Amino acid sequence: MTAGAAGVGGAPLLRVRDLSVSFATEGGRLQAVQGVSFDLSPGEVVAIVGESGSGKSVTAQTIVGLTRSPNARIEGMAELRGDDLVAAGESELQRVRGNRIGMVFQDPMTSFNPVYRIGAQIVEAIRAHRSIDDREARDLAVEMLDSVGIPGAARRVDDYPHQFSGGMRQRAMIAMALALEPEVLIADEPTTALDVTVQAQILGLLGRLNRERGLATILITHDLGVVAEVADRVLVMYAGRIVEQGSVDEIFYDPQHPYTWGLLGSLARLDEDRPRRLSQIPGAPPSLLALDGGCAFRPRCPHAFDRCPQLPALEARLEEAADHLDRCWLTAEQKRERRLVEGRIGLEAPA
Amino acid sequence: MARFAVRRLLGMLVVLFAVSVIVFLIFNVIPNSDPAARIAGQKSAGDAQLIHNIEEEWGFDESLPVQYATMMKLIFSGELVSYENQANVVEEIEAGIPATLSLCVGAAVIWMSLAILFGYVSAIRAGGLADRLLTILALIGISMPVFWLAGILLIYLTFKVELFPGGGYVGLTEDPVDWAYHLILPWVTLAVLYIGFYSRLLRSNMLDTMNEDHVRTARAKGLPEHRVRTRHVLRNSLIPIVTLFGLDFGAVVGGGAILTESLFDLHGVGQYAAEAVGKLDLPPLMAITLFGAFFIVFFNTLVDIAYAKLDPRVQLGESAQ
Repeated sequence: MTAGAAGVGGAPLLRVRDLSVSFATEGGRLQAVQGVSFDLSPGEVVAIVGESGSGKSVTAQTIVGLTRSPNARIEGMAELRGDDLVAAGESELQRVRGNRIGMVFQDPMTSFNPVYRIGAQIVEAIRAHRSIDDREARDLAVEMLDSVGIPGAARRVDDYPHQFSGGMRQRAMIAMALALEPEVLIADEPTTALDVTVQAQILGLLGRLNRERGLATILITHDLGVVAEVADRVLVMYAGRIVEQGSVDEIFYDPQHPYTWGLLGSLARLDEDRPRRLSQIPGAPPSLLALDGGCAFRPRCPHAFDRCPQLPALEARLEEAADHLDRCWLTAEQKRERRLVEGRIGLEAPA
Repeated sequence: MARFAVRRLLGMLVVLFAVSVIVFLIFNVIPNSDPAARIAGQKSAGDAQLIHNIEEEWGFDESLPVQYATMMKLIFSGELVSYENQANVVEEIEAGIPATLSLCVGAAVIWMSLAILFGYVSAIRAGGLADRLLTILALIGISMPVFWLAGILLIYLTFKVELFPGGGYVGLTEDPVDWAYHLILPWVTLAVLYIGFYSRLLRSNMLDTMNEDHVRTARAKGLPEHRVRTRHVLRNSLIPIVTLFGLDFGAVVGGGAILTESLFDLHGVGQYAAEAVGKLDLPPLMAITLFGAFFIVFFNTLVDIAYAKLDPRVQLGESAQ
């Protein structure tokens, strides 16, 4: 492996290159993900943001082979320390899932099997990969539940999922995902179904585990507040493609793509004197069944012009930031000018 | 749990009472059901004096509530006799129970194992050739009436090819091999409908369960696919099947096997019921109806207990919502 340019820890842990996923449906071929490439280094938190249907979950699930099905076509590669998971066989993937890549899903209320005890489900995950006996696995489960902050873990390990609150279940999910000390954690909207105080606790927990264990994390979310809090780098996805990627600071303070402006502009600001109407991105996401070759955002973009029917490449367009990539034809000058709406970043047609 | 048991027991008494009153009343409004005339027999049909004597002796001249009370007392003291041949009804039912249970338990084992096997294969191979074949088989099974299927089996497998006996029952303790040999055709006949029905139900339950989040979690844990399918998908999909099974099994023991028993001449409780219906003989009907109602309520209770065991979210008794 060559030492990558990207990442805090030298060589990337996970290298995703040109990942494309499409599904044959009754309405035609649905292009869920197209040409997605990114690196994930040890200890790094990469956030994937975008609207529902932008392909962020499909990207993450494809990495561990959970989107494989007879009607799916998956191309490209996803290398975990040099092992390509896209080309891997099912049994090889099984050894990766839960073991080298842990996953936490969006809805903790439905992500546990209701008929088994929490502890038994964690034990099942442990014993799928380690040949240790039930007792040891159980002790490990208790230890994990304790480390994610479940009070009375030794007792609660025998509870059923319905006896846990939503926040506790999500903690238990994280405990289960991390029980085998995976190298990568994929957290698919881990806080979406939780209320705000619990969200903060879960994010704090993820941040702590990330620091303590040097865990590399892919965080999928549509909540930019979450991103600002825990992520190192951000991928903005739209209609199955990455439209902008960069560090958190670059994305929040120097966003290059109009879609990113729209996302930032629709955030509620608490620091303004006078509350104003939340702005929104006009229109709806395009149908993934009928994407043309051009920039998929142009029907909703007030800044679209005659170059937009041609797809811009995802490349560094700023001299000073080699790792800040975007897909927009506007010049850096134009972008700086047009993203300012009433003194802050937003998506609105110039007056 | 104690409150649950008491509540169920009271419920059972109410059901048995209601069922017995209804059967009793229906019997008394059926034309040509006068028991005195039946006991007197066809020859002395016009003999008013004889009929009067019988009515007096058996208490048929009393009011209906008194007659009802008398009959219930006789049933529970085990002294009830048939109007037709004065045979003791409770003894007759007891004599029929081994055959009925042999038939029902055997058929239930066959129907549950094949239904689970077929439903599982269908769901795993949904849309494939195996699924389509099993769908067709299931529909055929559901559509075939018991009397027709029994007739076909008897014609082809006992008369044309003398593969199986044409009927009769051999006690399990007498000769286990002959017992099973005599019961194969009845078992198949009784099980076919349920195999079709249950396998379809399991298939659709499993397809629903496969899309649930916790199944994705199971895969994300790195479990082998067969374990995901059995421990997570199948296990969760069986909960409603077990419920249904309890109810159907109760119904089959409590009278659902009347046709099968009669067609294969098994001399079980069901056949006894069929004969009693043919002769409008109230005492056996009354006792068998109560017997059937008891089994249905009993298995209903077992289902509730099993449900609470299978699905930890369900609770019985005082803590139940």
